[in-house]
Amino acid sequence: MSTVQPLESGSRHDLRTGASPDAPDEDKFKDEEGAFGYCHSYESSSRYDGPGLRVVLFMSGCLLRCSYCHNPDTWHLKDGTYVSAEQVLKRLGDFAPSLRSVGGGLTISGGEAMVQLAFAKRIFAGAKAMGLHTAIETSGFLGDRADDSFLNVVDLILLDIKSSDPLTYRKVTGRDIAPTLRFAERLASIGKPVWVRFTLVPGATDDPANVEGIARFVAPMKNVEWVEVQPFHQMGSFKWKAIGLDYKHENTPPPTRELVNRVIGQFRDAGCNAR
Amino acid sequence: MKGSAALKKDVGTADSWRSFQPGDWTSSINVRDFIVRNVAPYSGDEQFLAPASQRTKAVWAKLQPYFAEERKKGVLAVDAKNPSTLLAHEAGYIDRDNEVIVGLQTDQPFKRAIFPFGGLRMVEAGLKAAGFEPDAQVHEAFTKYRKSHNDGVFDAYTPEIMNCRRSGIITGLPDAYGRGRIIGDYRRGALYGTDRLLEVKRQERAQIDDMWPSDEIIRQREELAEQIRALQDLAAMAKRYGFDITQPAMNAREAFQWTYFAYLGAIKEANGAAMSIGRISSFLDIFIERDLKEGTLDEFGAQELWDQLVQKLRIVRFLRTPDYDALFSGDPYWATECVGGMDLDGRALVTRSSYRMLHTLYNLGPAPEPNITVLWSNHMPQAFKRYCVKVSKDTSSLQYENDDLMRPFWGDDYAIACCVSAMRLGKQMQFFGARVNLAKALLYAINGGRDEVSGEQVAPKTMPVTGDFLDYDDVMAKFDTTMEWLAKTYVHAMNCIHYMHDKYFYERLEMALHDRDILRTMAFGIAGLSVVADSLSAIKYGKMRVTRDATGLIVDYQNEGNASTPQFGNNDDRVDQIASEIVTSFMEKIRKHPTYRNATHTQSVLTITSNVVYGKATGNTPDGRRKGEPFGPGANPMHGRDSHGWLASCLSVAKLPYKDAQDGISYTVSIAPQKAHLSEGQLIEEATKAFDMYFGRGGFHMNLNVIDRETLEDAIKNPDKYPQLTIRVSGYAVNFVRLTPEQQRDVISRTFHGQI
Repeated sequence: MSTVQPLESGSRHDLRTGASPDAPDEDKFKDEEGAFGYCHSYESSSRYDGPGLRVVLFMSGCLLRCSYCHNPDTWHLKDGTYVSAEQVLKRLGDFAPSLRSVGGGLTISGGEAMVQLAFAKRIFAGAKAMGLHTAIETSGFLGDRADDSFLNVVDLILLDIKSSDPLTYRKVTGRDIAPTLRFAERLASIGKPVWVRFTLVPGATDDPANVEGIARFVAPMKNVEWVEVQPFHQMGSFKWKAIGLDYKHENTPPPTRELVNRVIGQFRDAGCNAR
Repeated sequence: MKGSAALKKDVGTADSWRSFQPGDWTSSINVRDFIVRNVAPYSGDEQFLAPASQRTKAVWAKLQPYFAEERKKGVLAVDAKNPSTLLAHEAGYIDRDNEVIVGLQTDQPFKRAIFPFGGLRMVEAGLKAAGFEPDAQVHEAFTKYRKSHNDGVFDAYTPEIMNCRRSGIITGLPDAYGRGRIIGDYRRGALYGTDRLLEVKRQERAQIDDMWPSDEIIRQREELAEQIRALQDLAAMAKRYGFDITQPAMNAREAFQWTYFAYLGAIKEANGAAMSIGRISSFLDIFIERDLKEGTLDEFGAQELWDQLVQKLRIVRFLRTPDYDALFSGDPYWATECVGGMDLDGRALVTRSSYRMLHTLYNLGPAPEPNITVLWSNHMPQAFKRYCVKVSKDTSSLQYENDDLMRPFWGDDYAIACCVSAMRLGKQMQFFGARVNLAKALLYAINGGRDEVSGEQVAPKTMPVTGDFLDYDDVMAKFDTTMEWLAKTYVHAMNCIHYMHDKYFYERLEMALHDRDILRTMAFGIAGLSVVADSLSAIKYGKMRVTRDATGLIVDYQNEGNASTPQFGNNDDRVDQIASEIVTSFMEKIRKHPTYRNATHTQSVLTITSNVVYGKATGNTPDGRRKGEPFGPGANPMHGRDSHGWLASCLSVAKLPYKDAQDGISYTVSIAPQKAHLSEGQLIEEATKAFDMYFGRGGFHMNLNVIDRETLEDAIKNPDKYPQLTIRVSGYAVNFVRLTPEQQRDVISRTFHGQI
């Protein structure tokens, strides 16, 4: 049985697989304690993942299989490094004074952070105790698991809505859209700040009707502060090859400026605060 | 704060000092006192700034063909006959009708001068490299009748020092040219006029006439005599341009002209690597404010003075050799000017002229010189901080140094010589000492003093590593011994150099613009800190197997243990602490050895562009760096190893102890232009906060580029499209298209952070 590993630094674009193949076998999905978990990597200064300067922790484990995913090496839990929450918090503590002084915080991304809900919660609670703003980037697929005590330690949800059309959603992610929409509505009802993120993939998610559907769903939600359109890129393609997966977007170009503007325009026309 | 020797009479009522607040400065030489009593701090924004005048544009247009030709040809012209002095050349002009500030190094723009007092070899090598013939008479004079600094140093060097020089463990020593890094207080010329300065120098001399003539007293008497002659020559030089600078400046234009003349005199007399101008912006602002109040000047006129002074500072040229260019690429001369900072009473020394100085980068376009250095204090007005960040974003032409960190050491009237060397103006100078290659020293330690490239025994023979694996404690003990030897040899070499420099190539004018009794520092330096730290970390946290060549020399390393050993630049104490300990440990070893003229030992972590040359001369290192690969510049993490963001990278560097690196800790950052969803205003606001954070955490320096790799790659292919593309390398900036191809590749291979 493997021992706890040092937490790996580095960006989401670093390929990491099989870091903890012989880690303890109990299912983290059911871990109520959250004292240990699996992480892919972390980086220290993102300005894309929440307000201000963010430390971003990438956890491993995800139930979706998005065809354009740029972190396929985070899909399997045990591809991450087995670390303790204490270790993560100690590392975060090295950055906390700086983050506080610039008004930044911690964002947990992945993978899907809610796969290791108790682990994520423990880290968020620790971050809050350090006086940091907290954010989670999630597909919302496991939103039903996020109880109030979890949401209490998260200041902002970066909610990826990949499509409004159940068929497209299933085609792109391999899963149902309903849990995500349910989660979005629940967040709206309790007034939790949300930034909706939409990945614009030419030929996959760029259909005007698809965009329109998300825009109409999101527009009435007062808690949605931003809709962020994220252009597809090829930075994760090498991982698909390295892992030996069939990559469908080999020839998909990044969206043109015009396409991005059209989509942002659609969101704005619907009354969303889009960028 | 009391100034130097008291003046004979109080001339505070003189017309040139009208409406200034009197104080200690009126009865003694004390520019700092003049500034704090008269400065008009400004906390507003940049809206008041004016565009370039027609005259400025005309002068600038005249200079453009020279710049273009220089990019193609290199050195355009040299006067090989007349060794440069204050009076070696007649007055020269660019465009006499339109020049508001006058004065050239020789009688024509872009005509370089020779400085054989530093060393004839350097002059002749420079001439030949530039395609000019050395002059027979100069050659005869400096081989037959007159000895140079370079000759003197080599008379005093030992075989051991020569070996160190050859192997590349000590490089870039100022033993063949001017040492530089001395800043005359050029403002004294404007505030007092040369007559007053001469009077004080004569008093300073008279005070020591009664003292017993020890070596030091005799040396001082001779130096003061030289200083007095230099001030007289300076006045004569100004007279050739039709100005009488024996009296203080009457108005802003004269204050600019007097100050510039004093600086011009310095660069006619000395070809130091770095010839900084000091901290003139807020000083000259006082004269501008008076003229504005008196109605004799308007904002256009004020900006014109700055633009035209800066034009002059952009065309300083020295004749260098190819070897020198490899160390300091891009023809830099570090006409460093400091803006901002706070005074000891807590007022910001930010004036409208701080803005005007930065604004020259818009009126004249971006440029590497003058090397504009913002003395960043977290207490400066927000508007000025934001403007600085905006200028960085638009021009990549600024560097930042931590005033809150330096002020407790150096007060509020220091300036930066070269890149990162702070010194109190007129009260302090340094004996510049380039740097040693610490990465090579580590390899010497492993190999019992043998050079890992040549196999020669350079350091004294010690026990090499004998097993198949490196042991951390064993290597550390060996490294300690090697550093002891290196420190001693280094101080030894420096004492020889500066003894001879004072003797044969004394900076009489720059020192005439100092007090007699000054603080001298001797500035040592280290290169390859991140390579050493990462190597030691690899030894400590990995399992390093060594590979030996046929002669038993260890030439390569294989990590058979944990592959991801901690690397400097990731805010990881396990390795950051090693880096800090090395800095402190080498400084302590340096301090053990007495210095020439009892100078205070200091140290820098700075490479300029020599990180490439040092890397080239250094074999494989245990951190995985391959033989010949460049080091990280200055205190930077190795290229690409600071892998998780700017914050982690800068926090590692901010941990290095300034108290043991008082000559500065250089950190260069390249940020790709922002692609995040932020407006320009938000971006500037966020970056300003990031600056406050970094400097608040004890960061010393930030040499900031806002540029992407693609632009640089395009500039290599199409240099003519980017004549003014400026990039900060390590404590200074260069025209990117004037770097050597090797240096260009190095800049491109550095870490580009996504955001700040």
